[in-house]
Amino acid sequence: MTRSSLITDAQNTWCPGCGNFMILFALRNVLEALSEEGRSLDSVVLVSGIGCHAKIADYMNINSFYSIHGRTIPVATGIQLANPDLTVIACAGDGDAYAEGLDHLVFAAKRNVDITLLVHNNRVYGLTTGQYTPTSPLGFRGRSTPGGTIEEPFNPLELVLASGGTFIARESSLQMDSLQETIMEAIRHRGFSYVDILQICATYFNMTSYYRERMYRLKDHDESDFDQACDRMREWDYNGDAPIGLGIFYRREKDTFGGRLSGRKTVAVDRESAIRKILDERR
Amino acid sequence: MSEHIRAVSPITGVQVEIMNDVSILVGGRAGDGINSAGLIVAHLLNHIGYRVYMYFDYPSLIKGGHNFALVRGSGSPVGAHRNRADFILALNQDSIDLHGDLIRDETTILFDSGRVDADGIPVPVSEILKELDAPAVMGNSCIIGAFARSAGIEWAVLESVFRQKIPKGLEKNLQVARRGYDAAHVTQKIEPIGRETFPILTGNEAIGIGLLHGGLDAFVAYPMTPTSNILHFLAESAVDLPLDVVHPENEIAVFLMALGFAYAGKKAAVCTSGGGFCLMTEGFSLAGMAELPIVVVMGQRTGPSTGVPTYTAQTDLHFMIHAGHGEFPRLVVAPGDAAQAFTWSSLALSMAWKYQVPAIILADKTLCEGSYSFEQRAPPDIGEADSRMDPGEYRRYALTDNGISPMLHPPAPGAVIKVNGYAHDEAGITTEDADTIRIMTDKRKQKSASLKAAVEDLGSVIVRGKADASTAILCWGSNLSVCTEVADSLGLRLIQPVVLWPFPVETFQKALSGVERLVLVEDSAYGQLSMLISGYGFPTDDLVLRYDGRPNSVEELVARIQEVLA
Repeated sequence: MTRSSLITDAQNTWCPGCGNFMILFALRNVLEALSEEGRSLDSVVLVSGIGCHAKIADYMNINSFYSIHGRTIPVATGIQLANPDLTVIACAGDGDAYAEGLDHLVFAAKRNVDITLLVHNNRVYGLTTGQYTPTSPLGFRGRSTPGGTIEEPFNPLELVLASGGTFIARESSLQMDSLQETIMEAIRHRGFSYVDILQICATYFNMTSYYRERMYRLKDHDESDFDQACDRMREWDYNGDAPIGLGIFYRREKDTFGGRLSGRKTVAVDRESAIRKILDERR
Repeated sequence: MSEHIRAVSPITGVQVEIMNDVSILVGGRAGDGINSAGLIVAHLLNHIGYRVYMYFDYPSLIKGGHNFALVRGSGSPVGAHRNRADFILALNQDSIDLHGDLIRDETTILFDSGRVDADGIPVPVSEILKELDAPAVMGNSCIIGAFARSAGIEWAVLESVFRQKIPKGLEKNLQVARRGYDAAHVTQKIEPIGRETFPILTGNEAIGIGLLHGGLDAFVAYPMTPTSNILHFLAESAVDLPLDVVHPENEIAVFLMALGFAYAGKKAAVCTSGGGFCLMTEGFSLAGMAELPIVVVMGQRTGPSTGVPTYTAQTDLHFMIHAGHGEFPRLVVAPGDAAQAFTWSSLALSMAWKYQVPAIILADKTLCEGSYSFEQRAPPDIGEADSRMDPGEYRRYALTDNGISPMLHPPAPGAVIKVNGYAHDEAGITTEDADTIRIMTDKRKQKSASLKAAVEDLGSVIVRGKADASTAILCWGSNLSVCTEVADSLGLRLIQPVVLWPFPVETFQKALSGVERLVLVEDSAYGQLSMLISGYGFPTDDLVLRYDGRPNSVEELVARIQEVLA
């Protein structure tokens, strides 16, 4: 494909009013800004999972790997390790990142892989027509839980913090400017950058007014303070009624997995002589 | 079948047996270093001109239990064990008690007299270790020293092998070995027959080296017997090679990470066994749809489920050729020994990249953890697919005559490279359009046809033994060596398809020319290769199946074949 625009001419099939549009446009604007700064978009790769969010791979006119449900993170990890010069942005749904692929989320944070993860967290399975997710509130009536869920959600920010995440933020599809700023910061961060984006599902879980009433931006917050970050994250548990803080909760510098992996290398030798050496050692 | 010759020993002047086919059992508890001891014995034989093979048998535990290595040396290429032992090196009582069937009148038993009660040459291992203040694990050096003496192997040979193979505590090991050497006397001389040495490789190492030869850039794996040692071997080798080795959280991550490497242009492979491959199959289908090259080393072991983790099987053939949902081309190769493992691992990687398909190297515990004298044979050069395309016009899944689309990797200036696990159009954009779905399926099917044509032409079916015999033994994988030896000794033809998918029907038919009776030898309960070839109209007359986790010895297989042919 050629890149005359950052949006492809694929037919967009998101519902009218879908929060994904805001994330798509935010990401487009961020990439345009990066391009204006001189970063080649040939070096950007977008990875998606499966679900409504994942259609962003079809809609963004950049390199992309449209993978399978829950596996966004390992694919993105492989690409980043293969070529550290690539900017790898992984989009995942809450089903992808928090249910089917939860193990990969924990390990990406543990390893501090240099990728950016944007979780389109609408707290409902949309494409499979409305079932609860790991971040749906207790009592959520979905098609698999007609009497309401009987399990509490978990708090993904706290989980990523406990797993070793080095950039942890929450944003909303309702606040375009801040969303763009935080995505830009996430891409600039060296290491695992994680942004939980509270996204509206216009069809199955429209929380617009609920979020508007409770959202506020973090102020006088020390991003480098683990305990403060943890307290702030615990303010709202994705279940009870509490103010919902947005912004960067935690940020610190740490060696990346890819950096340590390539740092182990000694002098590279040519394959044939390396093979000969291995064989001679076994004579 | 050993060729024994009576001769006067040049060392002692007494009459001793001289052999050019020798079998040695080394046995002890897990933790005694039996695998290493077996390899040292193999190297002693290697250094006096013998081709060697070693079968290593161990239960799934870390300390205790009974481990044993069967080492065989021969004047000609060898890859199977015998039902006899000319020497037994016993570090535990089980090495005698559990192997009565291997003991002959002439068997020399060298035993740790502190732990083992036997008739033969006692070696006071623990006393020697105590006197020399050496750790218990050096007990195997002591018994190896005794073996070298009783086999008439010169001290200089032992010393040279020790210097090469035992970098840690060398001098102490040599002192211990010398005491063992002095405690024994020559019983049966293993006559030196040459000076040329061969590298001794496990099947796992041969696979790893083959992948490196094929251009491997990244290896991703989660440990699982019997292929974990490929991970260990490549992790160790990676330090001074342009190779990334990653051990992620599970086999699902393994496979998807490897696909990420492939998308970014790095040749990647993974290894596992059946249970791990179950987790990889969703990624396997993704590789099929997204047309991403990847190599899977699948080491079979006794299943189903956890089964018998450290024992062998050939029961995953149908799993491999059918794994994954939906229809897509794939390559499945089953090398039979270290030489084939090298050649076909290199080829599997090249073919996966040329045809942009997932490829499976189907091995088994016997091959993976068996050790072989290795003769390197260069794989045929299959060339590369055409990857030229105007970047401005780039479409990842562009239609071509052979079904193979030019493959670029990011960053490719001016090109947008989209891969997709959904049904997609030529540009890689998701589609549900009926015509596009059909056309793109036909494209992948065309790739299948191209791959099929290629495998007919690659030496993908091996014929050995008596070429015009009307009775043929059919085998695949690690049964190659034992079946070759049995075919030679019974005057039968031997047919081994190395490529199992796409099945090389025409080449196989030629190999079968003049065959009136076909006997399948397989480590399974159902005869999986027989089921596969019956689909192409090739009947199998007899099944010689084994499913107790153990590979056949030469004598056992001769008896089984004679029984069905009687």
